[in-house]
Amino acid sequence: MMNLLLGLGLGCAPAQAPLPQARPIIVASKPFGESYLLAEMFSQLLEARGFQVDRRLGLGATEIAFQALRTNRIDAYPEYTGTGLLAILGERPSPDPREVYRQVAREFRQRFGARWLPPLGFQNTYAIAVRQETARRFGLATLSDLARVSRSLRAGLTPDFIGRPDGLPGLEKAYGVSFRSVRALLPAVKYQALAAGEVDVIDGYSTDGFIARYDLVILQDDRHFFPPYEAAALVGANFARDLPAGVAALTELSGLLTEAEMRRLNRRIEVDGVPVARVAAAELLSLGLTVAGPDRPEAAKDLSPGGVFGYLWDQRQTILKLTLRHLLLVSISLAGAIALALPLGLALEERSHGVAESVIRGVGLLQTLPSIALLAFMIPLLGIGIVPALVALFLYSLYPILRNTYTGVRDAAPDAVGAAWALGMTRAQVLRYVRLPLAAPVIMAGIRTAAVINVGTATLAAFIGAGGLGDPIAAGLALSDTRMILSGALPAALLALLVDTGLGLCERVVTPGR
Amino acid sequence: MLPNVALVEMLRAENVTKHYGPVVALDGVSVDVKRAECVVLIGESGSGKTTLLRCFNRLVDPDGGRVLIEGVEALQLDPIALRRRIGYVPQDGGLLPHWRVRRNVELVPWLRQVKNAEELAARAMDLVGLEPELFGHRWPRELSGGQRQRVAVARALAASPDLILLDEPFGALDAITRADLQTTFHRIRRELGITAVLVTHDLHEAFLLGTRIVVMRQGRIEQVAPPDELRKAPATDYVRQLLERARVTAA
Repeated sequence: MMNLLLGLGLGCAPAQAPLPQARPIIVASKPFGESYLLAEMFSQLLEARGFQVDRRLGLGATEIAFQALRTNRIDAYPEYTGTGLLAILGERPSPDPREVYRQVAREFRQRFGARWLPPLGFQNTYAIAVRQETARRFGLATLSDLARVSRSLRAGLTPDFIGRPDGLPGLEKAYGVSFRSVRALLPAVKYQALAAGEVDVIDGYSTDGFIARYDLVILQDDRHFFPPYEAAALVGANFARDLPAGVAALTELSGLLTEAEMRRLNRRIEVDGVPVARVAAAELLSLGLTVAGPDRPEAAKDLSPGGVFGYLWDQRQTILKLTLRHLLLVSISLAGAIALALPLGLALEERSHGVAESVIRGVGLLQTLPSIALLAFMIPLLGIGIVPALVALFLYSLYPILRNTYTGVRDAAPDAVGAAWALGMTRAQVLRYVRLPLAAPVIMAGIRTAAVINVGTATLAAFIGAGGLGDPIAAGLALSDTRMILSGALPAALLALLVDTGLGLCERVVTPGR
Repeated sequence: MLPNVALVEMLRAENVTKHYGPVVALDGVSVDVKRAECVVLIGESGSGKTTLLRCFNRLVDPDGGRVLIEGVEALQLDPIALRRRIGYVPQDGGLLPHWRVRRNVELVPWLRQVKNAEELAARAMDLVGLEPELFGHRWPRELSGGQRQRVAVARALAASPDLILLDEPFGALDAITRADLQTTFHRIRRELGITAVLVTHDLHEAFLLGTRIVVMRQGRIEQVAPPDELRKAPATDYVRQLLERARVTAA
């Protein structure tokens, strides 16, 4: 069915005349530094060629970014051929980069209508890295060497790597490595963890700026286990059909970037803390793709001096906007959850205990779904942006409100309820005048719990491009920029306190006689 | 011939049975309550006395037998309307904790949409010895146990019912407060000529307040008699033991 639809879409393509741009080109990235950089370069290049660009940087991970591209919610993002082959197509890689590129280009076109533009010129493959001192002590140069001593080494690996077939499971099979312990570490902390001796082995990317900074040893993949990971722009079917000139502009970057150059650029961003936009602008300029001019002030913006608070002050406009966006996400999803969970809790109170418990536990199961998984799951249905974020936050808010409403109303002062009933109140009157008011503090406690959780969870909305305070957190994590992380995390914490206090005031209003 | 309201019993239970799962709460109980009587149901926990009481305002509907209220079968009456014309005093008072005393007392007149609810409430509070000005604006939690129970009685009386049901109304109070309240209730009931059914496990209370006493045991009636007759002629060993235990013997 999907193939049929896409086939029809492609069949129409030649009939479309080039049109004046009716919408901005949506450029996205995955949440790590190099992806941000490449996406920013794509964006600036497109802007230099006269296109309007809407940036959706830092989308969750491969599944979320690709789902968004497949469903044409975004138009382009940087991807790696090896990832496309293994993580998206689920096929076995060939060690030959050309062959891998041909394979993904063919399959993506046939199955999804998506296009791989010619590779950018460098590979960013997985790099298993150890400290100099570890390499010397055990005499490690290759992954085969590592396999010999892996039982006495502790690994700190990105969750992505632990799970994917071309990651740890494949590595274990190919080399027979078996670590003493494996800890899941986010990219933002794994280099520090390795440098501090908390772990002995990490997975990195061959173009990471940190490898040079920490003077790490990359172990050679002597059995060619890791597939080729050539970077390229992956573009969506609608974009390729509607704006061929935009696609052509993007191909101008093909073949221009080298691994050494990327390591240098990544280091500028991740280690030196130079803003991505500035690094991207400088690189496009030195590649001769753009000309110098005062037309991009944001690219020339200087690093703000001073500590965290200076930075926060500089960013106050942005932070305010993000906070309002965040508040919007939280209040709409919370209002929706109240509108459903409150009446449902009341209705369940009239059902048998067994029925009520089953329903409430069912809703409770939603709580156990990993948020990223839920978000990824919803992209085909709801796309990316604010709608799926609202739905996810709504789902996560249901349980505390439902549970507290049910328990609160069921257990509210049974003797008062019994007397009200015995003196001739109707069921509705008992609910309206006795149970609800008496359950109000418990119900409000549920709403406050949901609200505070919601403020925290809403930071994940950044991973599906819904904005809010998660944006600087995700970007800061990807770029190892503590100040940027704090510029999202501190307002989020304050917002949680504020929302809780506000609801506390509401509670005093709706709780009678106290 | 139509039943003459003045002559039929206020309440009548005919061979009433009630089961809760395998537990038999009432096992064929028949009893009459005449106008202006105070019938006391006495027995141990599980004797069925509370279940029988609750049959009279349809908090419980029997599995078998009939309950008649002023000659009309209870099942034909709307339970909500029925409860609004019968006073009810639970053991724990059952005051609505989020309503002030006055609003609690106004409850039934308000439910019946009577215009002078406030006036009725004030009169009921006077009856039980609580000054409306002094207590009306208090919260239930600001009252002593005895005061709370007085409010509960006032609430039951506010709509001037002919019939009032009391479920161990004074059981949780200390001895002195209990005696006060018993006296108050006894006086009010006789002054107003209210019919009452009162559940207790306290034989002293039964003798003090009851015009007739119904001794119940395991869902059955052991004996129905006025206090003096019960004292003089216990019908069963169980009743005799009950009297001995309570040291209420024929003087």
